[in-house]
Amino acid sequence: MIEIRIHGRGGQGNVVAAYLLATAAIDEGHHAQAFPTFGAERRGAPVAAFVRLAPKPILRRCEVREPHFVIVQDPTLLKNAGVKAGLRPGGRILVNSTRSAGELTERLGVETLSLPAAQLAREHLGRPVPNTALLAAFLALTTVLPVESLLKALQERFRGEVLARNEALVRAAAGTVPQGAWKEVIDAAGA
Amino acid sequence: MPQALEGSQAIARAVALCRPGVVAAYPITPQTHIVENISKLVADGELHCELVSVESEFSAASVVLGAAAAGSRAYTASASQGILLMSEVLYNIAGLRVPLVLTCANRAVSAPLSIWNDHQDSMAVRDAGWIQLYCADNQEAVDTTIQAYRISERLELPVMVCVDGFTLTHTLEPIELPTQAQVDGYLPPYRFSRALDPMRPLSMGELVSPAYFTEVRHTHHVALRGALPEIEAADADWAEVCGRHSGGLVEVVREGEGGGIGILSIGSVTGTFADAAEQYTELPAARLIRLRCFRPFPDEALRAACAGLSDLVVVERALSPGAGGIVGTEVRAALREMDEPPRVHDVAVGLGGRDVPLELYPRLIEVARGEQETRFSILDLEPDKLPEEVR
Repeated sequence: MIEIRIHGRGGQGNVVAAYLLATAAIDEGHHAQAFPTFGAERRGAPVAAFVRLAPKPILRRCEVREPHFVIVQDPTLLKNAGVKAGLRPGGRILVNSTRSAGELTERLGVETLSLPAAQLAREHLGRPVPNTALLAAFLALTTVLPVESLLKALQERFRGEVLARNEALVRAAAGTVPQGAWKEVIDAAGA
Repeated sequence: MPQALEGSQAIARAVALCRPGVVAAYPITPQTHIVENISKLVADGELHCELVSVESEFSAASVVLGAAAAGSRAYTASASQGILLMSEVLYNIAGLRVPLVLTCANRAVSAPLSIWNDHQDSMAVRDAGWIQLYCADNQEAVDTTIQAYRISERLELPVMVCVDGFTLTHTLEPIELPTQAQVDGYLPPYRFSRALDPMRPLSMGELVSPAYFTEVRHTHHVALRGALPEIEAADADWAEVCGRHSGGLVEVVREGEGGGIGILSIGSVTGTFADAAEQYTELPAARLIRLRCFRPFPDEALRAACAGLSDLVVVERALSPGAGGIVGTEVRAALREMDEPPRVHDVAVGLGGRDVPLELYPRLIEVARGEQETRFSILDLEPDKLPEEVR
């Protein structure tokens, strides 16, 4: 089983990101579970959401405490110690940031990759919502699911021009990162 | 093929498959998404029913009471303070023997204010005379909602389907939705034997003097006791239709081995314990028992599920302050009738949304192995946060 924690701020589509990833997995015939933590539900407040992906039914319903991957939607949250809490040895962090991967890896002490996700989203969608671009990059990096599966999940939510713009964004973001660079984490988890 | 659905969305779709005539509900976290999704199905023309906007949960319960009494299949949902605000009407619905289904998106009760999950709300109305079924996952929430209508309408007793707030309502997972034909074949159209009809006038809810009150209450008790086989049959018959069981009255989720330790839980924490049992292979495997039906209380099925155990740990999600556990007290009473009853340890966990992690499992085993029987304790209490005198 692969466990993922998504950190973001209220309004950045954290729950949507978790749901999209799990939906893509379920539509591909995998088992998956996605759920948010809810605190004070207000725009800008730090929030987290969880995703589990597995080849067989998922029984546990506790929060993800030892993620294989952490996805960070807002780089200002990197100051928060909770972001890398419990990250498994060999685990990776994907951040929406314009800073270099090397700089972030050194700062966090964990292998971290950055993607200017908000910037890509602004170019394609006209809004700096980082979630879809980060998911596309995550799938390209891990190959845990084909990038096409995210496109299918987006088709369940969007139509017409909005869908076309999201599709272009997914392709652009997936093409920005090294394909399969994080596959070893998936392989090591036996998923 | 399973679909990716959020729990609330799946429950709304299940309600729609039951073809309700009237839905009335007042939004409250974490039930809101259920009502929102039903509203959307109505707005999209996928569900044809009277959706009544009300100004409170008291009114929501009153509207569905009236609707069901007038011959419409009706539905409502609530949580926490909403359930408490409904409580007067909940007693009336049960006492008038009106068939209804209500989803309780289980949440803690104020004060202190908490939006998060525990079972205090449904436990607070356990004596209202409703059937209460607790779901382990969202598939069960779907299947139990459908079963609940059949049970309710056959017995003229209301059914509360208890679904853990957030832990289930806000979790997206794979769900098999039955087809309309499957539901229609299982659930015949609603007919209420005492439907209010101006052509055939009758009174409901009249004053009952001491000469008859006791007999009416006794009749209600007998009706609820008689519901036990109907609840089992509804589950078995639904399994015939779609191949899925929802746990009957009491489900042995995982067989234990040797040591005779059992863990009894209620609601969605059962899955976490089942997962933990697979992770902690060095510990003796406990028999995992899930109490799906809390009202009526399934004494006999519970005794059968506990046969051969030396120790049973009851895991509560609510608290009766000044007394201790609610479920554990009843389990203890029921098991006393066994020839060799296990010791019953009673613990509460996960109050007000405190996460119930895998790491709790070894602590439950430790409780079972304790020298003394644990009469009651809150197992995940963090004493460091408290002043000395209340630790």
